[in-house]
This record gives sequence, structure tokens and C-alpha cells, in this order.
Amino acid sequence: MMRRPGVLVGVAVVVVAAAAVAPWLPSYPLTLLTQAMIVAILAMSLDVLLGFTGLPSLGHAAYFGVAAYAVAILTTERQSGFVLCLIAGVVFAAVAAALFGLIAIRATGTYFLMITLALGMVVWGLAFRWVSLTKGDNGISGVPRPDLGLPWSFWGPLPFFYLSLVCALVALALLALIVASPFGMSLKGIRESESRMRILGYNVWLHKYLAFVIAGTFAGFSGVLWAYYNGFVSPVDVQLVTSVEALLMVALGGQGTLLGPAVGAALIVFLKNFVSVYTKRWLLILGAVYIGVILFAPRGLAGAFHRRSS
Amino acid sequence: MSRRTIALFALAAFLLALVAGLGTPTARAQSGPIKIGFLSPLTGAASALGKDMLNGTELYLDEIGRTVAGRKIELIVEDTEGNTQTALTKARKLVDQDHVHILSGGLLASTGYAIHPFAEAQKIPTTYPVMSSDDLTQRKPAKWVVRTGWNSSQSTHALGDWVIKNTRYRKIATVAADYAFGWESVGGFQRTFEEGGGQIIQKVWVPLNTNDFAPFLSQVKRDSDAVFAVFFGKLALQFMKEYENSGLKGRVPLLSNGTTVDESVLPQMGDEALGTISTLHYSAALENPTNQRFAKAFETKAGKIPSYYAETCYTNARWIAEAIKAVSGKVEDREALLAALRKVELKDFPRGPVKIDAFGNPVQNVYIRKVERVGGKLQNTVFFTYPNVSQFWKYNPEEYLKSPLYTRDYPPCKAC
Repeated sequence: MMRRPGVLVGVAVVVVAAAAVAPWLPSYPLTLLTQAMIVAILAMSLDVLLGFTGLPSLGHAAYFGVAAYAVAILTTERQSGFVLCLIAGVVFAAVAAALFGLIAIRATGTYFLMITLALGMVVWGLAFRWVSLTKGDNGISGVPRPDLGLPWSFWGPLPFFYLSLVCALVALALLALIVASPFGMSLKGIRESESRMRILGYNVWLHKYLAFVIAGTFAGFSGVLWAYYNGFVSPVDVQLVTSVEALLMVALGGQGTLLGPAVGAALIVFLKNFVSVYTKRWLLILGAVYIGVILFAPRGLAGAFHRRSS
Repeated sequence: MSRRTIALFALAAFLLALVAGLGTPTARAQSGPIKIGFLSPLTGAASALGKDMLNGTELYLDEIGRTVAGRKIELIVEDTEGNTQTALTKARKLVDQDHVHILSGGLLASTGYAIHPFAEAQKIPTTYPVMSSDDLTQRKPAKWVVRTGWNSSQSTHALGDWVIKNTRYRKIATVAADYAFGWESVGGFQRTFEEGGGQIIQKVWVPLNTNDFAPFLSQVKRDSDAVFAVFFGKLALQFMKEYENSGLKGRVPLLSNGTTVDESVLPQMGDEALGTISTLHYSAALENPTNQRFAKAFETKAGKIPSYYAETCYTNARWIAEAIKAVSGKVEDREALLAALRKVELKDFPRGPVKIDAFGNPVQNVYIRKVERVGGKLQNTVFFTYPNVSQFWKYNPEEYLKSPLYTRDYPPCKAC
């Protein structure tokens, strides 16, 4: 999808337009846009697993949360700088994914779903119970915004929005490169037919394992930004609902398209925070949107869009 | 240009229009209404409590005709879904987009910790009517936050003391929900009870998602003099039933914190709750005239007796109104409004007299109550009052703050 010039132009237009309009936006929509950017990274990272490799993970919030906790603990206990936190967050997430991957990749289908769910609950349990480190369900508050030594402060919503935008673009570019590479092609091959790939001599286990670690690493990248954005990390960030929401963003946007999940993420952030202002029944609307997508566009918004235009 | 490119442009334009439409700035007139932003869980598992919170708030605002010091009051309510992330986003919405003058509400302790730095950064006068985690006004107080409710260990400190002085219970087992509120409530009870010469001989922690209490209650040592329980909502209902079914009721007397038999769950309980002795800064059965009037008015509005969630939000609304009166409606001067919020001191809230300590927590009566059946209905009859209880009990605040926050393992269980 990324190779098509139309899509590239579209992305460029949206990004440039958003960046240009941002200074004139009041701070609340701007914080929502920032949130959408950060969550989009999480959704895109999950898409590598779900969309490109065909592995539905129900524990993706674990890596997101591990990174967020790493940042929260480092900034509040040790006043660490942005670069160290970024590296630590991403590395911790990658290590967590590498460990969990060893266990999870053995299974497929529903079993994979259940194992990732269980592993996610392990991380949630640690966040909830390891009170001396995580402060339990009270959470860790007081995470400062990053200081990059640049002339402007990231406490303002606008600079932080630009930071998130840049980060989301970097993540999109890297992930697009990965899925377009021969490695990404073999992932798609595994998604379509694992046995055939095995017969062709591919190390299926290793491919899936690497995809798992890559997805976890990028989820960690998103988690780092999330901790800075909220200034607060609690077990809510690693709970099942967060994992399920990420999964729904991918399904809504269209799996296996990278951009689709990003749009899905933005859509859910806006539905949640925009529609709910006008009606208490906003969950009904969200539910109706899900059902509508599943009935009429089983391949997600991106899938429907793709089919109509081609 | 291909059709797809055009369609993409259209999508981009649509998204931008959506964003721009969101951002239509609201008028910010000095003479406009006074806006109060209220966060409450109106959907999700805690929605019943959220409705009590909202009803309590609206009841007071309606009583004063939604006008204070000659200015209209506009209450802007946002649903938190009982989720801290959502609560924080909604707090941003209330402050950034609606430009509320005061932020209030919230249910979960974690929401309190999340809003703390936000309120400080935005310099927005904020009140917490419900969120009770100790450290919100102890080791991590926020200048811009005033707690109009209570803190977890405030009332259990008093119960520990009461048990030592008025009963012969000296070996007590605790059974409590396994999260910060449970830990802090048990910690407060354990500290005063053990300092008075009692012993906590067992601590049983029950996970929040428990459906079956049998495995936990069968562990409870049968030779305990009493059991001290901390639950809320659905867990409280299940716990009471199981306490009877497991044969503990009648053999081991039951003590509890306030939420275990709060009026939010008491009407759904039966005889199994009778005789439970509990502690809280409120009871719907309090006999002072303000409470009698409040309880009747609340029942007319909501069709149920007021829970502490309802009372605390009613009191919170009145508290805010008193502060607005004190600054003659000039809520735009945030420093002055904050100072006024911290100065409110009234003798006739439904829960009794209240004032604020230097850390932003109320100093108020704590009531020792007993579940009784009066006129066919269960109620928390108050039979003993600790007047003007501070969050630090009788300790020196500085000394008190040197010890860590009560957790699962602090104070340590020496006699377990």
C-alpha cells in the first residue's frame, strides 16, 4: 500500500495540513490529536503481528505498559533525561517481548490469543502488586514532559504535538520499510500459508518470533510517549481493555495496511472523547460502528476504501 | 489525479474540518456563568455510584436555584467510565475547551493521582469529594487540590481505637479487597489497634475480580475475637452473604470500614448484615436536622436513601458555593478562589461540622455505627462519635509522614 504514489501523496497532505493547522487549534483538540498520534503507533505495531503475520495478540498493552512504567520510574526516581528514558523504555519493551515471544510463538490461533492474554495479565499483575516499584493501583504520577535541550518547552501542547507527529511518522516509515522488505514479504507468506512457507525452507518460527519482538518494541516506543503525554502511569495502561482496544483499532482501520490501524486509532480516540461529550450513550455509537465495520467492511476502513477505488 | 487520490484529499479535508469544528473557541466572558466541571463514572461498573455523585451535586445546586453571588452556575458533567485515562482526558477537555472555573469529582484513587499534576500545571482550583487515597493529602499534597471528602485511614484509625477501649477483642483477622483502598483502610485500623495492645493475627486479601469468597473465608482463623472487613459495591454484597453461609456470622463478630455497609449497598442486603459495626464520617441515619432534610430531599429526587457518595458530593457542591460566595462571585481570581475553598468551615453539613487542615483534608467527625433494622429497613445507627478527627489521628503530622504509606505489607503483620 505504501508503494502506491496516491497513498504517499495522501499521507503527505494529511501530515502537512495537520502540522500547518495545529498552531491555530485550541489546546484540547490538539491534545486529542497528540493522543491519536501516540495510540496510532501502538495500533501500527500491533498490525505487524495481526495484519502481516496473522497473529492476533491480546496482550499487546504489556510492552506498551512496560515502557511507560520504565519512563515513569526513571523520571520520577532518578530524574533521567529523555534519551535515556527512550532507550530504556524501548529496550525493556523489546526484552519483555523477546521473553514472552519464546513462550507465545509456540502456539497459533486461539491458543496464541490465550497465551498472549495470560502473559499480558502477568504484566498487569506485576504493575498492580509490585507496590514498592509501581505504587500499585495508585499509579505513578508526576512524570515531567521531556526536555530535549531545544529552545521550546514540551510542556506546551503544541511542541509536544509536533514531537508526537514526528515520532509517529518515524514509526510509520520504519514499519513500512520492514513490511515492504523481503522479511516483511515472508511474514505475509506465513500469514497466508505457514506450512507452505515451511516447505519452502523458511524458518517460520524465527520469522514469527522476530515479528513479535518488533511489534513489542514499537509498542514500547508508543508507551514511552504515552507516559510523557499523560504524566501518569497506572495499571490501567497495561490492562486487558487497553490490549483489546488496540486490537479493535487495527480491525476497524483494516489489518495489514499500517495506515488503516493509524486511522482506526485516531477514529476511536475521537469517538471516545468527542461523541461522549454530546451523549452518555456514546458506547452504543462505538458499538454500532464496530458492528457496521464487521458487517459491511470486514477488512476494515482501509479495506473498504481500497476495494471501492480499485 | 486518480480517483483514489481525490478521495484521500477529501478524507484529509474531512478530518481537518472535524478537528477545526472541535476547536471552536467558547466565549470567555467575565460576567458569564460560573462553570463547574464534574467528573463522574456514568457508564461502566461504577455507574451506580456515579449517579449518586451526580444526584447529590445536582440536588444542592437546584436547592440554591443554580445561582451563587448573583451569577448563574453551569454544571458541565463528563463521564469517566471509571477509567483513569479517560478521566484525565476529560479533565483536559473541561479545562482547555470549556474553561471551567472549578474542577471536581472523580471516583478512583488513581484518578486523583493523575489529576494532581494536571491541576498544579493548569493552576485550576480542584476539589475531590470521593477519592480517598491517603497520600493525596499526605505525602503528595497538591496546592490546587482541596479534598472535601475523606481519606481511607481517617475513619479506620478511629475504629481501631474504639475497639480497644470498648470491646474485649484483642486478636483480630482482617479480610479486605486487595488494592490500595483496602490496604490503607486495614493499615489505619491495624496501627491504632496494635498500639492499644491488640494483635492482627491474620490478613486475608481478596482480589477485586473474585466471584467466590469461600476459599478466602475458609482460611479465616476461627479463634479470632473478631473480623475486620473492607469491601465496596458488589464485593460487599457477596462478602456479607458468604460471611453468613460460611458459618462465621454469629461465631466471630464482624467489624468493617464504611463502604462495606454503605447505603449504596445496604438496601440490597438482608439480615446477614445485622449487627455489623462500622466506621465512617457519615451515615444516612444521622439525626442532625441538616441530614434529616437532606436525606428526605435526596430520597424524593433519587428514589433511594443517600449513600456517602451522594452526601459527599452534596457537601462538595455546597462547599464550592460557599467559596464562591466568599469571593463575591469573582471566580476568575483563581488564587483567591483557592484560598476561599481552603477556608470554608461550616458546622451544619449533613455529616456534621467540617474544616480543612493545612494539607487540604477535612477534619471532621467519625461515627461508629451499627447495622440495625428500623421500620423494616436496614440502617447504620450511629452510637458513638469521635469529634474533629484529623487524617493524622492523634499523631504529629510531621512524625506521621515519616513512616511510609499503608500498603499490603505495611504495617507488617507481626502476629500472623
